[in-house]
Amino acid sequence: MKLLYFAWIREHVGTSAEEISRPDDVKTVSDLIAWLAGRGDGYATAFADTALVRAAVNQEHVDPLHPVADGDEIAFFPPVTGG
Amino acid sequence: MIRVQQEDFDLGGELQAMSAGRTGIGGLCSFVGLVRDMAGDAEIGGMTLEHYPGMTERALEEIEAEAQARWPLEATLIIHRYGRLEPGDQIVLVAAASAHREAAFEACHYLIDFLKTRAPFWKLEETPDGPKWVDARASDDDAVARWAAKSRGN
Repeated sequence: MKLLYFAWIREHVGTSAEEISRPDDVKTVSDLIAWLAGRGDGYATAFADTALVRAAVNQEHVDPLHPVADGDEIAFFPPVTGG
Repeated sequence: MIRVQQEDFDLGGELQAMSAGRTGIGGLCSFVGLVRDMAGDAEIGGMTLEHYPGMTERALEEIEAEAQARWPLEATLIIHRYGRLEPGDQIVLVAAASAHREAAFEACHYLIDFLKTRAPFWKLEETPDGPKWVDARASDDDAVARWAAKSRGN
């Protein structure tokens, strides 16, 4: 799956995009966040407060319990501040 | 129509193009968002708008389609800029045109309220203490909730 990061989540993670192989036990956005948070200091900081993390799957806003699948484009970002 | 662009836009030209040839339009309402020079007590030297290419366009098209389903609109327009902007610069334009003013006013308000909570943009402000990501405001969510309440007839 393709992961994208924006704003301060991108800064903490240290990259704007990466390809990963989905671990078998990662079935939802929430599972993916928990798995990512264990990948190192930058990730741990980025995903420390899940209340500040929003997600999109294939460019649609989703809830934490939304399923994730191989081939998905999954983006993580803070609450939006445009306009 | 929606556009996501770095360059500035000309309000008068955009509104004229929107209404040209559409003589069924009786009212055209527009809102322009500008870069403020202050954020709380901090003076802002400028800001950089980051966005999610692809999803941004999709989100704006969805918001536009929702407004068109909700009101009898002759035309709608959303332009949002990205990149570095300075105080006084235009950030966003939303406009709605209808046979009558009420639909134009309400749809214009709806477009900007939903854009602010759904379109994937993030502002990085240049403050005296260094760059700072702007926090989302609870009042923006409240603004969107009001439209849901109106749908329910409250």
